Amino acid sequence: MTAGVALTLTVNGREVSAAAAAHLTLLRWLRDVAGVTDPKYGCGEGICGSCTVLVDGQPVSSCLVLAAQVDGATVTTAAGLLEADGSLGPLQRAFHEKHAAQCGFCTPGMLIAAAAALADGRRRSRPEIREELHGNLCRCTGYGPIVDAIEMAQEEAGR
Amino acid sequence: MTGEGAEAAKGAKGARPDALAGIRTSKRDELRVVGQPLPRHDQAEKVAGSTRYAGDLAFASMLHARLVRSPVPSARITARDASAALAVPGVVSVLFGEDVPRNVIWVDVPGQTVEVAALKASMEVLATDRVRFHGEPVALVIADNQDALAEACDLVAVDYEELPAVFEPDQALADGAPAVHAEGNLLSEWDIDHGDVDAAFAAADVVVEGSYQTQTVDHAYLEPEAGVGWLDDDGVLNLRVATQVVEHYRDVARILGIPEARVRVIAPYVGGGFGGKEDMTVEPYLGLAVWRTRRPVRMQWTRQESLLARPKRHRMRLRYRTAATREGKLLGQEVDITADSGAYAYLSALVLLYSAVHACGPYQVSNVRLRARCAYTNNPPTSAFRGFGGMQVVFGYEAQMDLLARELGLAPAEIRKRNALARGDVLPVGQAIETEVLLAQTIDAVLGRAGGKPRASGPRKVVGRGLACNIQSYGRLVWLNDSAAAWVGFQLDGSLSVRCAVPDIGGGQASSLAQIAAEILAVPMDQITVHFGDSALNPLAGTTTATRQLLMSGNAVYAACVLLREGVLAAVAAATGEPADSLRLEEGRISGPAAGMRLQDALLACRKRNVPIEALGTFFGPKGRPVVKGLHADRVFPDFTFGTHLCDLEVDLDTGQVKLLGYVAAHDAGRAINPRSVQGQITGAVAQGLGMALLEEVVVADGMNQTGGFFQYLIPTATDVPEIDAVVLESGEGMGPFGARGIGEPPIGPPAAAVASAIQDALGARPARLPMTPERVLECVGGHQRLTPAAG
Repeated sequence: MTAGVALTLTVNGREVSAAAAAHLTLLRWLRDVAGVTDPKYGCGEGICGSCTVLVDGQPVSSCLVLAAQVDGATVTTAAGLLEADGSLGPLQRAFHEKHAAQCGFCTPGMLIAAAAALADGRRRSRPEIREELHGNLCRCTGYGPIVDAIEMAQEEAGR
Repeated sequence: MTGEGAEAAKGAKGARPDALAGIRTSKRDELRVVGQPLPRHDQAEKVAGSTRYAGDLAFASMLHARLVRSPVPSARITARDASAALAVPGVVSVLFGEDVPRNVIWVDVPGQTVEVAALKASMEVLATDRVRFHGEPVALVIADNQDALAEACDLVAVDYEELPAVFEPDQALADGAPAVHAEGNLLSEWDIDHGDVDAAFAAADVVVEGSYQTQTVDHAYLEPEAGVGWLDDDGVLNLRVATQVVEHYRDVARILGIPEARVRVIAPYVGGGFGGKEDMTVEPYLGLAVWRTRRPVRMQWTRQESLLARPKRHRMRLRYRTAATREGKLLGQEVDITADSGAYAYLSALVLLYSAVHACGPYQVSNVRLRARCAYTNNPPTSAFRGFGGMQVVFGYEAQMDLLARELGLAPAEIRKRNALARGDVLPVGQAIETEVLLAQTIDAVLGRAGGKPRASGPRKVVGRGLACNIQSYGRLVWLNDSAAAWVGFQLDGSLSVRCAVPDIGGGQASSLAQIAAEILAVPMDQITVHFGDSALNPLAGTTTATRQLLMSGNAVYAACVLLREGVLAAVAAATGEPADSLRLEEGRISGPAAGMRLQDALLACRKRNVPIEALGTFFGPKGRPVVKGLHADRVFPDFTFGTHLCDLEVDLDTGQVKLLGYVAAHDAGRAINPRSVQGQITGAVAQGLGMALLEEVVVADGMNQTGGFFQYLIPTATDVPEIDAVVLESGEGMGPFGARGIGEPPIGPPAAAVASAIQDALGARPARLPMTPERVLECVGGHQRLTPAAG
């Protein structure tokens, strides 16, 4: 294996220290080194959004970021949206209720994009929700149920 | 919309084929679980991020494998040298075609003409002396880390001597064209001669003509092809792969020269299929790598690799001539279809057969002359894709209906209703429609839901409304002897296990089986586990393709559940003395005229009396004889699904940009096992169809695939797709459990035609070539009729 640089990231609340080759993307570091497989490889060029994670609260395509660039950062993936007891978080419950996952492969990235969009507390219309999702591709649902879920989540959050 | 919006429509009862004698159609109001819009059982893990897809599994010290692919579309291989690649530290092996025990994949289609009798087409697993398309696999590299793998792939030296090539189907079929295969470039042809076409045209009041061109399309599921393979403790080759067909274990066994019983394919939840994971993708290579190295191996294709080399949707040139009376009654149709198979056969001959059978749409046409041909070229291969040849033709036959409507001054809805197929009508191929057709009701449904036409948003904007109907088969071709098996068993605590090797590709295939079992055996959904997608441990259920799983595995589960219920009730009757037909299986208990019995006690009673508490159900599809080139058969498919779509859009007269404003899609699903899953199939297929209508094209220039990623291959985003209203009609007339029809493929047929129809409504002309880019839409501004595609 290529010699690596030592990295420490906090992933979904868990501190992970592991050496990684300097050219390793955050996506590959998460999947192959840290064993966090919910961010998906879909295109490798930042188009499909399946690999979206929060890095210090900001949504990024983890296939376009080197792990070494974000040493010390806090990373949240879809699995990090679960409640402390392991039950589904509010956004996940809404996705579940509204049938927003079919094959489910885009879902982790969609959830993170939605979490990032809702973080500012502003209530969004359906067209605005669609705008927020335009960096995340889904080939199964036609998007309507995903928009339904995000609407439901912001409603339940009292917005 | 949700299930409350689903509309029930009553259809007449009719005779059913013998194969379906055991399957009862239940009344909707008698059903407790079937018909409920329940959250699917696979959703909780999917939204938690814990579902492990094919590429998510890892073994400690596993190897990685990647293909070296041809950089040119047509060449002789003159030399291959792996020495530099093998010198890279970490590289374990480099395999060429000679290293494959049986280096061939066969395709066998009866009734085809390449060698006069049955088509026997083949391709090499790894090309040895000849490559025929850009991206064809030539070598397999295996390494213990991905960096070494990438470096070694670049160092495999292959010398190519380029050979003459051909890229257009018409040119490929001309005399003297470079031969893609020694047998000639005509892969397959089908003809239909039905009725007296010349007399029909002579008697016509009006004849309309059009030529249409569809494009090469990629499935673009979000999950690229992937899998992990290993040898288990019994020496069985295990392949856990993203696939629609676990039965490919047979093909892998053949290629490796080992018994079929030594190969097991596991399909975890698949990240989208759409036909693109019907043919083998990683399977033979992963199998080879594991078999040769005896170590666990992972193979993951990149998106670029997936776009480059995996089979795509056929581009087709469609020529139509349609004759009608002045009342708009169709008299006759001539259809000419030419399709591009690319470099290898795959399923092209059958795709073209679907095109031929569906070519006249959901209309009664008594006189038809059809010629369909599919040519080999040096383009990327084409094969199965949702709709499977039955969908490209919608773009042709629905344009013809709109042309006729305009010519005759009829409303588009009216001319379609006047020609709609009905039970008892015979398709041009010779098959009679055996079930009630609700085509007119789907037309009324979309018109009713759509309301008034929207208004234009500015002076240089025009709004149009389009309509398109379709017919699409469900279930496999009837001579394929299709069957599906399922095992259903009570656990001693009253929970239920369902075993059925159906691959779940995202449509809720497994969840629907749970819902069917819950209905019949009164077990709550959260106490049912469906074990799916495993060729060794579950009864084989066949492919998740051809819109067949609900029909086939749904009926198999239905049959198993009914057998199991009858057994349990008989045992309780014997134990209590109550008549079996007075007993009812309810949640947790068996109720009867006397005391009845708790379910757990009933299961104990079964065991005491040697009555099984499990059952195997097998469902056999309707049968028929293989077709020959001149198509005439009283049965080709089990049955068909019908629907209508309506599209509202706005065209910018200065830029040709199309903005979709609203969309309504109505299909008769027979019976919606889960209305939300049915609606999900409809809205997803509409979005995929809209991508084909407006955006998507795999661009291939002189055989070189130019589409290198999602930068170039644009699939619709959340802002491109409008709100889609999915209307589910329920005739109860389908051949699936509870009268369900298949719905996976049918809704992808109409979108491109509905968009074109709306553009015609807005501009007076429609693009005849897909995708309908702004440039092509702009050519229609001014209302000039442009129905002949530009050359090239």
